[in-house]
Amino acid sequence: MTDAGSLSDVSPVPRLEESLTVQTERAMTEPPAGDVVMTLRDVAVAFGGRTAVRDVSFDVCAGEATALIGPSGSGKTTLLRALNRMHDAERSAKVTGTIRLGDLDVYGPDTDPTLLRSRVGMVFQRPNPFPTMSIYDNAVAGLRFNGVRKKALLDEAAESALVAAALWDSVKDRLKAHGSTLSGGEQQRLCIARALAVEPEVLLMDEPTSALDPIATKRIEELVGELKDRVTIVIVTHNMQQAMRVSDRCAFLLMGEDKAGELIEFGPTAQLFSEPSDPRTLDYVNGRFG
Amino acid sequence: MTSVLEVPVDPIVERRRAVQAAATASLGRRKLGSRVALGVCWLFLVIAVIPLVALVFYVTAKGLPAWNAEFFTHSTTPEGVPGGGVWNAIVGTAVITVVATAVAVPLGLLCGLFLAESDGRTADALRFTADVMTGIPSITVGIFGYIAIVRNFGYSGFAGAFAVGFIMLPVIIRAGETAFRGVPRSLNEAAMALGARRATIARKVVVPTALPGVITGALLAIARGLGETAPLLLTIFGNQYLQWNPTKPMAALPTLIYSYSSQPYADLVQVAWGAALLLMAVVLVLSIGSRLLAAYLRKERR
Amino acid sequence: MTTIETPVPRQTRRGGRWSLPDNGYRGLLAVTAILFGALAVWFLVAIVLQAKPAFATLGFGWIFGRVWNPSHGLYGLLPFILGTLESTAIAVALAFPIGLGTAIALAFLVPSRVRPVLSTTVELLAAVPSVVYGLWGLIVLAPIFRDTVEPFLTSVLGWTGLFNGPNNGPSLLLAGVILFIMILPTMVAISRDVLIVVPVEQVEGAMALGATRWQVLRKVVLPGARTGILGAFTLATGRALGETVAVAMVIGNSPYIAHSLKSSAATIPSLIVNNFGESTGTQLSAIFGAGLVLLVIGILVNSAARWLVWSTGNDSAGVELGR
Repeated sequence: MTDAGSLSDVSPVPRLEESLTVQTERAMTEPPAGDVVMTLRDVAVAFGGRTAVRDVSFDVCAGEATALIGPSGSGKTTLLRALNRMHDAERSAKVTGTIRLGDLDVYGPDTDPTLLRSRVGMVFQRPNPFPTMSIYDNAVAGLRFNGVRKKALLDEAAESALVAAALWDSVKDRLKAHGSTLSGGEQQRLCIARALAVEPEVLLMDEPTSALDPIATKRIEELVGELKDRVTIVIVTHNMQQAMRVSDRCAFLLMGEDKAGELIEFGPTAQLFSEPSDPRTLDYVNGRFG
Repeated sequence: MTSVLEVPVDPIVERRRAVQAAATASLGRRKLGSRVALGVCWLFLVIAVIPLVALVFYVTAKGLPAWNAEFFTHSTTPEGVPGGGVWNAIVGTAVITVVATAVAVPLGLLCGLFLAESDGRTADALRFTADVMTGIPSITVGIFGYIAIVRNFGYSGFAGAFAVGFIMLPVIIRAGETAFRGVPRSLNEAAMALGARRATIARKVVVPTALPGVITGALLAIARGLGETAPLLLTIFGNQYLQWNPTKPMAALPTLIYSYSSQPYADLVQVAWGAALLLMAVVLVLSIGSRLLAAYLRKERR
Repeated sequence: MTTIETPVPRQTRRGGRWSLPDNGYRGLLAVTAILFGALAVWFLVAIVLQAKPAFATLGFGWIFGRVWNPSHGLYGLLPFILGTLESTAIAVALAFPIGLGTAIALAFLVPSRVRPVLSTTVELLAAVPSVVYGLWGLIVLAPIFRDTVEPFLTSVLGWTGLFNGPNNGPSLLLAGVILFIMILPTMVAISRDVLIVVPVEQVEGAMALGATRWQVLRKVVLPGARTGILGAFTLATGRALGETVAVAMVIGNSPYIAHSLKSSAATIPSLIVNNFGESTGTQLSAIFGAGLVLLVIGILVNSAARWLVWSTGNDSAGVELGR
């Protein structure tokens, strides 16, 4: 469908329409900037004095999928994990700059990380369903962690999330079975459902398809398109084609000479891939390095 | 959100509100619970560390005064007679441990090598036996030593060494097997490809590579053997006088401590403390030393 | 791990040192393995044979007799079996929570630089000889127990009925506490090892959902390490059962069934140790029988422990110190 080589021949419009789901209405070159869900200003992450990523500033718009792209080592995952304060567990980690979720200062002194993570969910590279729990228990695990007890709410959320993850039909008759009985792609969708059940406002996805086979990958890419309106998605991917397929905006990061990743360019996907402002972006999307 | 979806937005927003309400409401309780639970774990850690500190402190405080020149050079004297020491017990412990080690270590390592190279049902059974044997009540080993040796040959240092060796053997077997299995297969295969015999491979490749683990395991087994009392109580009978000959009854530090501890005579109890400090010091030095050795050798290999 | 059976050319001399041909090498190893196996068998057979006369003369019921009075021909083992089980129960009841909590602290809470020092400190408890524990317990702890700990516990927990009677230094309680200290390193070391191997992805997955640290531990880590922890618990129990000397020195050696935690009591090992020298005939045989009973209990518990620890694929228990 998309090919970096054919970027110059076709106008961006049809490609955009091909990459979006039918329900959404976007007939413009550039997706309208909706409400801003998260803002990043001068964000940097350092581990024990060594900067891993710096000078990151952009806005994440609601109802969109924003991709973080760039070659390996450019700090994409480090940046992603800063958004839901996963670096808190690492003693030597220091996050500077401002990250806001709506009105909330993510790293503010009054912000509780546990509560934050109920609003910003995460799906990891390798599927990680809890092995001692059944499929149902996995799906509602996040809800239970957050103090939800009412069975009706749990059941409703579980079903909704599993439907959204395109898993409901295969598992609805065996909700008590263990998560390990599912295939790799299904396990990842279970993890997505688990994250969705908590009804977060933002869903972070860290290379969610890199451990999966092509068919499972395609299902999940389709899922991203379907889920965009329910949760805003920020997805890290090292696969340029995937970024083109699923995302509305892209942030391109590159490792600088000081071995720290920095944001080179941010903008609508179509524009970034066809007429980027920075020559380095052009080189990357043309496959000159990766 | 500006776009139109198949599923109406309302249930999701409703659920989101319900979840956030539950999350905020329960947050205080959850965080407090977490802090309390983790605080209890910290408390338990402190509780776990205190006994060793207290033990070392007390034994040193009470045992050090007993350490003088006579303590290390004279044999035991009866109650009330001054100038006694534990030299005969030191000799006894040393001889018994040396004999036990000399038999248990080679035998145990060869067994360990066998198990490292075998995978059949017999090997599994032997491995399981060795594991279980490391934990059986030591008094039963003493009984065995009595039945096997004392009944036939009388109380002796050999009987004690037999019992102590019996306890050390499974520890060395398992330590040895673990060390030998740790040798990378590539080394074995390379040697075989060069045409070397299995025995040569073992001698020149497997044993040297596994040596750190073997030495550590042997030191730990010796430390354990030094501290065993019950097997000795039934086999060596004790001896007031200096005795180097293991075919005769001997004294040993653990048995001396045991019998003196319940005596009503303060000077004997003092001797017991001194012996306890000596025994504890040697065992701790061996244990710590073997750990440091293992760490050092591991760093060397990297 | 199967070894490769490649044909090796026979050589008589290589590099100046004669080496065993392969058959001889394997033969030697096999002989040592057989020797070891034979030793284990001999051990079992010897004890069974020595205990047989007691069972022949007294039947089987004597094991559960309540009175031990050899001069009257009474050889009830129940007081000693109970003493063994009760002191072990106290030790294990303390070691399980405290050991697990310590393991959690070591695995997750302690800064990584301090971890080796603290771990080693706890593990070194296992290296200290049993008789040193006994001496310390008898002379240092017993008076403290008699004068401070027991009165305190009686005033606080007396209503449970477990603390009747006079305050004793050497007692079931003291024996239980000493045993607890001795088996703590086992519980801690093995639990810590199984906790550490829970995949970090599980932990991160739970954290990302909004779980507190304790929630992560309780719902994800501990269930994942369940079998290993049970193995640690069983192994610690086996250690407590096998412990002889320290217990014999602090339990008071009273051959009656204990009525309170403060009573003096006795265990099978203390029975054997105290009576071995003077026993003859039926009494000696009864002592051997007691040893056999202890051995059977010890083998059963340790076998269960090994099976549990093995089934988690965790080999760390294989080389640790035992007693």
